[in-house]
Amino acid sequence: MGNGIRKFMKSQLVIPLLSLLLLVIFNLIRDVGFFSISITTNNQGHRVLSGNLISIFNGASAIAIISIGMTLITSCCKGQDISVAALAAIAGSVFVSVLRSHEITIPVIILAFIFSCLVSVLFSLFNGVLVAVFKIQPMIATLILFSAGRSIAYWINGGATPTVSSPLLASIGGFIPGIPIPTPIIIMVIFLVLISLVLKLTNLGLYTQVVGINERTAHLNGINPVLMKLTAFIISGVCVAMAGCITVCRIGLINHETLLLDTEMDVILAVAIGGTSLGGGRFSLFGSVIGAYIIQALTVTLYAMKVPSAAVKAYKAVVIILIVMINSPVVKDFFIKLYRKLFKKQVETKISIKAS
Amino acid sequence: MQDNVVLSMRNISKSFPGVRALQNVDFTLRKGEIHALMGENGAGKSTLIKVLTGVYPKDSGRIFLDLNGGLKEINVRSPHEAQTLGISTVYQEITLCPNLTVAENMFIGRGNYRLVNWRTMKKRATEILEKFNIPARATQQLDTCSIAEQQIVAIARAVDMDCKVLILDEPTSSLDEQEVEKLFSLMRDLKSRGVGIIFVTHFLEQMYEISDTVTVLRNGELVGEYEVKNLPRVELISKMMGKDLDDISAIRKRKLPDEKADTSPVYEAVGLSSTNSPNAFDFKISKGEVNGFTGLLGSGRSESVRAIFAADKITGGKVKINGKEVKIRKPKDAMMQGVGYLPEDRKRDGIVEDLSVRENIILALQSMKGFFRPFSKAEAEAFADKYIKLLGIKTASMDTPIKSLSGGNQQKAILARWLLTNPQYLILDEPTRGIDVGTKVEIQKLILKLAEEGVSVTFISSEIEEMLRTCSRLIVMRDRKMVGELKGEAMTQDNIIHMIAGEAEQIG
Repeated sequence: MGNGIRKFMKSQLVIPLLSLLLLVIFNLIRDVGFFSISITTNNQGHRVLSGNLISIFNGASAIAIISIGMTLITSCCKGQDISVAALAAIAGSVFVSVLRSHEITIPVIILAFIFSCLVSVLFSLFNGVLVAVFKIQPMIATLILFSAGRSIAYWINGGATPTVSSPLLASIGGFIPGIPIPTPIIIMVIFLVLISLVLKLTNLGLYTQVVGINERTAHLNGINPVLMKLTAFIISGVCVAMAGCITVCRIGLINHETLLLDTEMDVILAVAIGGTSLGGGRFSLFGSVIGAYIIQALTVTLYAMKVPSAAVKAYKAVVIILIVMINSPVVKDFFIKLYRKLFKKQVETKISIKAS
Repeated sequence: MQDNVVLSMRNISKSFPGVRALQNVDFTLRKGEIHALMGENGAGKSTLIKVLTGVYPKDSGRIFLDLNGGLKEINVRSPHEAQTLGISTVYQEITLCPNLTVAENMFIGRGNYRLVNWRTMKKRATEILEKFNIPARATQQLDTCSIAEQQIVAIARAVDMDCKVLILDEPTSSLDEQEVEKLFSLMRDLKSRGVGIIFVTHFLEQMYEISDTVTVLRNGELVGEYEVKNLPRVELISKMMGKDLDDISAIRKRKLPDEKADTSPVYEAVGLSSTNSPNAFDFKISKGEVNGFTGLLGSGRSESVRAIFAADKITGGKVKINGKEVKIRKPKDAMMQGVGYLPEDRKRDGIVEDLSVRENIILALQSMKGFFRPFSKAEAEAFADKYIKLLGIKTASMDTPIKSLSGGNQQKAILARWLLTNPQYLILDEPTRGIDVGTKVEIQKLILKLAEEGVSVTFISSEIEEMLRTCSRLIVMRDRKMVGELKGEAMTQDNIIHMIAGEAEQIG
């Protein structure tokens, strides 16, 4: 038991989980009913679950999905892809443009999604080639798509912000009739299971980290660093397309200017809070997902506290400073020392009791 | 004698999670003394140095330093503080900034934050370089110097700061003999000026040549302090290893493996060249043979074996494995043909420092098995457990990050990585560099055992004696060319040195 706790204390997930716990406790003290879930009838006449907890999980889906790709890129390329949100706008635009040229049926939606995935992966590969082959720093390499991405998205739909409406899309972005849980949450869970399977059945985790920590050793042990970096960008491309399409389904239109605007920073933050060093190396995918939920929980909490939306970002920043500070090695060391001191004293008193 | 004490460490203890690195260790250094610090891997030498220089805080114990005539207790909290107190250090692994110039490296972090006068700095650096006969320019970027030159720059930097105590942590492990001589004369010079020098080394010969006193540590505990001239080698080794010397003498007396009657080569290369080894060479090795590449630092011995493993880009040549022509264009190809390669620079090319010992051990085999076929946790643990026991790797657990192991134990883990792949041809480039006598002997014995089991081994070491003991054939290299081959009776230290000296001697 004691060993289990010690193992847990050492794992990368300690800080994100503790931060989440703190947020939960804070909210419970503030308002006991904050996390209550109720069944309401939505405007389509379905009986669905609602409440702050649901909206946190629902709202964080896009950030959480993108953060998985970002974590892999961060780990093996020692840098971040800042073009993910712009790329999501492109993916969303492709999705909408395919949908609009056909009658919306399930096969068409699947086709549109596959198309948007392909385009997104191609653009992501472009970033990947710049980073892996031409060895340009990730942030600089992805700055290109960061600036150009939304213009490309603008061009795909001829400058318009078309709406797409169909009960099918609404059930992807909202609720499937008869199931009270929002579909994005279900998609997120399925995606997480998939990713866990990939990590279990392949060496993605090991190879990515080896490349991120020591590229020369990777090469000398038969691992191709370029291939691993490209793989990270391909996976990220798929993640971004998924997040883009889900968001389009949720809001029912594509606005290339505002779709997931500024999300890249939330995603990078989620990765950092999750315990993955932004300098590469060891990573924790689940940490990043928890990080995404922390960020969303924070936003929902602030809105619940009636903080004006313009001020939310400033409040968020303060809390984030705290989380990042707690996560810093200096503070961690301090707490470990404090823990040891307290622990040692306990041992000594025990011994003195025995002696007496 | 008491008056001369410049540094005194009493009852120093330090533990890391799961490992007791130091336990009640005493250490005394006197003025104008060269004091060697010796011990096996993980004996606590580096930890003691790091406690003294404030890299690690000590758990308990007291440190006294001679400050203006009297011993006063000091509490060193950072290397910078140690430096201002007059304790300068040159670490085993070069800790300079490779992307700065030689001059900048010499003067960086010297404590004053006033504006830098680049011209004075350059002039001063040039003076120091000339004084120590260092063939580098002050404005040269450090990573364009050889490792040996970088090491000397590091020492020059430490020496130039007025110091009472100079710590040299394995300074000679990457130096060739001439450079070692240069360093020793420098050390004698400093000694005559009253500087106390702590000399951490694994080289017995060098220790006997230069030191006055030696303190021996074993498993984090003090064995004792001895006067070097009254301490026979055999006794010193037994104190360090804490076990009988039969092992070492056995290995010395052991008959070298004869050349096998079966001479069909396991590996054969014709006209092989790579970007780093542009001169095409031929090479072959037969089953169960131990061969060596010898030559001075920079003679091309490492570059040649890197070409065999395709670690650098291959530019030409044909390779046959067991008589069948194969294409080896990248390390993975070589690995799939049963070739293993332990690189010269453990930190840069060997370990994956943040990953666990277990992950480091299974890495090569895992990569051979393939991306889509990961080992289960149980399999990986079984592999790691087997080799941790087999090679006696000292680690808190197999999940410990490899960076927290001592150098020799890291090396054993990398060795385990390649043994696990069950190679038919294993290349070991300086496997014994920077590790203690005990582990050196263990590795030599392992090489001979592997050869007996039919594994072909290429072994490179900068200690000729070590190569003579283990190899049955030596290839001598000079100026990036193979200049000769020695076998059997002809393999003597004299012959090798003559071959290495070669033309230079004839001209002279």
